[in-house]
Amino acid sequence: MTDALARFGRFSLEWLRALGHSAFFFVDLLRFSPAALRRFGLVLAQVNAIGNRSLVIIAASGLAVGFVLALQMYYALVTYGAAESLGLIVNLALVRELGPVVTALLFAGRAGTSLTAEIGLMKAGEQLAAMELMAIDPRSRVLAPRFIGGIVSMPLLALIFSAVGILGAYVVAVLLIGVDAGNFWSIMQDRVDVWRDLGNGIVKSAVFGVICTFVALYQGYETQATPEGVAHATTRTVVIASLAVLGMDFILTALMFSTP
Amino acid sequence: MSTRSIETLVGLFVLLGLIALLFLALKAANLGNFNTESTYSIAARFDNIGGLKVRAPVRSAGVTVGRVTAITLDPKTYQGVVSMDIRLGFKFPKDSSAKILTAGLLGDQYVGLEPGGDEVNLAPGATISQTQSALVLENLIGQVLFNKAAEAGDAGARK
Repeated sequence: MTDALARFGRFSLEWLRALGHSAFFFVDLLRFSPAALRRFGLVLAQVNAIGNRSLVIIAASGLAVGFVLALQMYYALVTYGAAESLGLIVNLALVRELGPVVTALLFAGRAGTSLTAEIGLMKAGEQLAAMELMAIDPRSRVLAPRFIGGIVSMPLLALIFSAVGILGAYVVAVLLIGVDAGNFWSIMQDRVDVWRDLGNGIVKSAVFGVICTFVALYQGYETQATPEGVAHATTRTVVIASLAVLGMDFILTALMFSTP
Repeated sequence: MSTRSIETLVGLFVLLGLIALLFLALKAANLGNFNTESTYSIAARFDNIGGLKVRAPVRSAGVTVGRVTAITLDPKTYQGVVSMDIRLGFKFPKDSSAKILTAGLLGDQYVGLEPGGDEVNLAPGATISQTQSALVLENLIGQVLFNKAAEAGDAGARK
C-alpha cells in the first residue's frame, strides 16, 4: 500500500521536476535567441532545413485536404442547394483549424523528429560537450538558431497549406463539379474576416511553431546518449508535440472563436 | 550548400509564404472589400432588428450599396438603431424606407432600402424613421395560433 503510494509520489515528483526543467530550458532558449539573431546565417540555414524541406509535404497535404474537403462538403451541401457556400466552409475550416493544426502535426513529424535526432546524435557523439569545452554554449550556437528557424517557418508553412488547400477546393468545386466561380469567391470574401479568421489562424500557427520546436529541442537535448535513447526521444517528440498541439488548439479555439 | 544558395532558397520560401498570405487576405477574405471609396453614414430605427449583424450588407433593389456599421439600442424609445455606411455615389430620397429582409429562406439578414419620391436626398447623418422590422418567426407563429384560437372561439359562439 505504502509502496504504491511512494511510487505515485515519485512519479508526481519526477513529472514536476521535468516540467520545471523544461520551463528553465524554455527561458534559456528565449534568452539566447537575440544572440542567435545576430548570427543570422545560422538562422537562415535552419529556416532552409526546417521550412524549405517541409514545403513539398505541406503543399501536397494541403492540396489533398482541399480536394477531399471540397468533395465531401459538396455531397452534403448540394442537398440543401447551398453548393456555393462550399468555398466558405473549406476556407474557414482551413484558415481557422486545419491549416495550423495539420501543418503543426506534419511539422512535428517532418521537422521535429529531424531536430531531435540531430541534436540527440550530437549529444551522443559528445559534440555538445566538445563545444562546451571550447567555451561555446551549445544552447546559443546550436539550439537557439533552430528555435527561431522553427518559429519563423511554421506560420509560413501553415499559410501555404491553407492557400494551397483553398486552391485545391477551387479546382474540385469550380473546375470539376461546376460550382459558379463568382459565387465561390464572393461568398468567401463576404464572410471571412481578415483579422478574426486569418489573423487568429496565424497566431495559432505561431504558437504551434513554438510548441513543436521547443518539444523537439528539449527532447533532443535531454536525450540519453545512446541509440535507444535517441530513438525514444524522437518518438516522444512526435507524441508530445502532437498532443500538446491538439490540446492547445482546443484552448485557443475556445478563446478566439467562442463568440459567433 | 553555399551561403548564397541557402539565402536564395530561404528568400523563395518566405516569398511563397507572403504570396499565400496575400492570396488568403485579398482573394479569400474580406480585405479586398475594404475599398478606399468614401461613404456617408445614415441611421435607421427599427422596432425589432431580428438577427441583423454588424457588417451585414445594405441593399437597394438587390444591389449592395453599403454596410451596417453599428447596432445599438436607443435607451429612451427602446428601438434598435442601425447605423450604416452608404457609398457616396448612391443618393437616396429623404422619404426612403428601410426594411430588414432575409436572403433566401434560411439566409442572412440584410437591410433593404426602398427609395421614396422626395426630391431632397438623405443628408449624411440623417435617420430613416420609416422602417419595417425583421420578421420574427415566434411572433408570426404566435399570431397564427391566436387567429386560429379566435376563429375557433367565434365558431363555438355561433353554435
